[in-house]
Amino acid sequence: MWDYTNKVMDLFYNPKNQGTITEERAGEKVVTGEVGSIACGDALRLHLKIDEATQRIVDAKFQTFGCASAIASSSALTEMLIGKTLDEAMQITNRDIADFLGGLPEEKMHCSVMGQEALEAAIYGYKGIALDHHEGDDEGALICTCFSVTDAKIKRVIRENKLTTAEQVTNYVKAGGGCSSCLAEIDDILEEIAREQETALEVAQAVAIKKEKNPEILAVKNLTNLQKITLIQQVLEEEIKPLLISDGGDVELYDVEGDRVQVKLKGACGSCESSTITLKHGIEARLRERVSPELVVLSV
Amino acid sequence: MKDCIYLDNNATTKVDEEVLAAMLPYLTLYYGNPSSMHTFGGQVKQVINTAREQIASLLGAEVSEIVFTSCGTEGDNAAIRAALAAQPDKRHIVTTAVEHPAVLNLCKKLEKEGYRVTYLSVNGQGQLDLDELEASLTGGTALVSVMYANNETGVVFPIERIGQIVKEYGAVFHVDAVQAVGKIPMNMKNSTIDLLTLSGHKLHAPKGIGALYVRRGVRFRPLLIGGHQERGRRAGTENVPAIVALGKAAALAEQHLVNIDQEQRLRDRLESNLLSLIPDTVVNGHPRERLPNTTNIGFKYIEGEAILLSLNQYGICASSGSACTSGSLEPSHVLRALGLPYSVLHGSIRFSLSRYTTEKEIDRVLEVMPGVITRLRALSPFNSDDAGWLQEQEKAVMSLAG
Repeated sequence: MWDYTNKVMDLFYNPKNQGTITEERAGEKVVTGEVGSIACGDALRLHLKIDEATQRIVDAKFQTFGCASAIASSSALTEMLIGKTLDEAMQITNRDIADFLGGLPEEKMHCSVMGQEALEAAIYGYKGIALDHHEGDDEGALICTCFSVTDAKIKRVIRENKLTTAEQVTNYVKAGGGCSSCLAEIDDILEEIAREQETALEVAQAVAIKKEKNPEILAVKNLTNLQKITLIQQVLEEEIKPLLISDGGDVELYDVEGDRVQVKLKGACGSCESSTITLKHGIEARLRERVSPELVVLSV
Repeated sequence: MKDCIYLDNNATTKVDEEVLAAMLPYLTLYYGNPSSMHTFGGQVKQVINTAREQIASLLGAEVSEIVFTSCGTEGDNAAIRAALAAQPDKRHIVTTAVEHPAVLNLCKKLEKEGYRVTYLSVNGQGQLDLDELEASLTGGTALVSVMYANNETGVVFPIERIGQIVKEYGAVFHVDAVQAVGKIPMNMKNSTIDLLTLSGHKLHAPKGIGALYVRRGVRFRPLLIGGHQERGRRAGTENVPAIVALGKAAALAEQHLVNIDQEQRLRDRLESNLLSLIPDTVVNGHPRERLPNTTNIGFKYIEGEAILLSLNQYGICASSGSACTSGSLEPSHVLRALGLPYSVLHGSIRFSLSRYTTEKEIDRVLEVMPGVITRLRALSPFNSDDAGWLQEQEKAVMSLAG
């Protein structure tokens, strides 16, 4: 029997906010995020009612097919969401859901990941961003065919939860839990991220040393190519992406050649008339400030 | 938690009070080693023989054909390894896709050791195709290992018909009868079975004891190497109290076999009422070719662990083949082998009765179950076949599975 906390059992026996939202008044919008599948044995349909003026979640309800921890995670998520703005809601990670429940057994962490994904799907739905399935896309190659898990999802959960072993990845997103033929690939991804983080650390140290020597210069020169790309990636992920997502957009690094940074604008940004402004004043300015003043950002 | 409605007897059973009483003196007073050269030790040798007689009687076997083991898993491993070791030139094994892990995972290991293994499929009701069996056999088949009855669905295989085919090809026939012994009458004297595994804790003896039937004349090489116990077929000092317990449990099981209809009547009462009280509910496995004590029911659109934990609140113990309860991420290999749709598979619950199960207990389950299922279905996004989402997924998955 699983070692569930009292909070998990309580929310399983007496879940809050179960059901659907049908009523929609003027100035409100109801959206639904669906994740999981009957094949995997768990699925969540999350319904959010959003006040369009304040961008605040005024109601949240769930329908869940799954085990006790899936139901408790869903209930927890709705409780956490009501009253939050969309920007605040986007900050919720699966770890927050698990913490709300007083922890989940490792093997059940994927229940909290499901909650976080349904939330993202619902908010993307509201912003009108199609959730791409990364088919044929290098960033989102299918790693686990048993549970349809892409490398993008695996990388994310590794980063957000500081995972170090393939077994943990299986517990969090199920990848590798079926036929187990992708475990070696998961090991490779873990190694890649570990290397990436090492490089990021080196960059941070290089930046710190530079700053100490020339306090007036924020940007850093004399980085190796790899360090530069890592730093650009880091700034995009940590500083630019969250801003764009809250406006319904998204960005992805495509390539770096010398000082030419090629990015892919996605979601609302891709079709937005002000995308050139976003590109030049938003992304380029920030990258020049943080990485190198010579950088030129182009959209592909 | 002490008092509960225990309907998980295929997982393990309670130790019968008479069994406990029979074994206790061998933990306290008569603790000697049967191999010793003094009367104090020697006297326990006699009770081991009595226990062997009791088991032989239940199986319709000779006393010398019974070897004590520590559990069902050891019995299966010893039997399969023994059969292979005796025929080093034959490198083919036939088993089924629905065996217990003690057989299935051993066979997977043997594949790595160079053996070829055929895993026979089952149909939607969990039954084997004997033509498939026959087609798989060759002169190079060393062993056929088939369970008597399935632990999850209770489906009983036609063991003697299988055995007749196996014998035509000269292979050794092993039967994992852990779930069947004590529930189905057996007589090894008129049987094609060469090796048969049984386990104590499935028939009201304690955990940690089992036995292996080895037909006289069948070549046997021990798994455990050491002393000369069990005529050299299983080294290790005899677990005397547990052996006494298994003997007593076998004697009680033999007595009880005449009343097995009683268990079946209660099982049928549970099953037919659940099916009529709760919509979208199906029985998994063949309705008649089944153990009298087992029913495996699929409650569509909801997940098994959630059902079990809800039942647990009422002190009702059952089990499920859902992915969430298995500790792995995959639902039961047995129910998947039946090709059940996922909407049924994840919500499957096994109730397994014993001779202690009462009508009152069954009625209590019938009282509680509809509410549990209704509550969970209300939570589920797949609460009917009308859920378009579900239908699409089901179709996609089934087409992938071919």
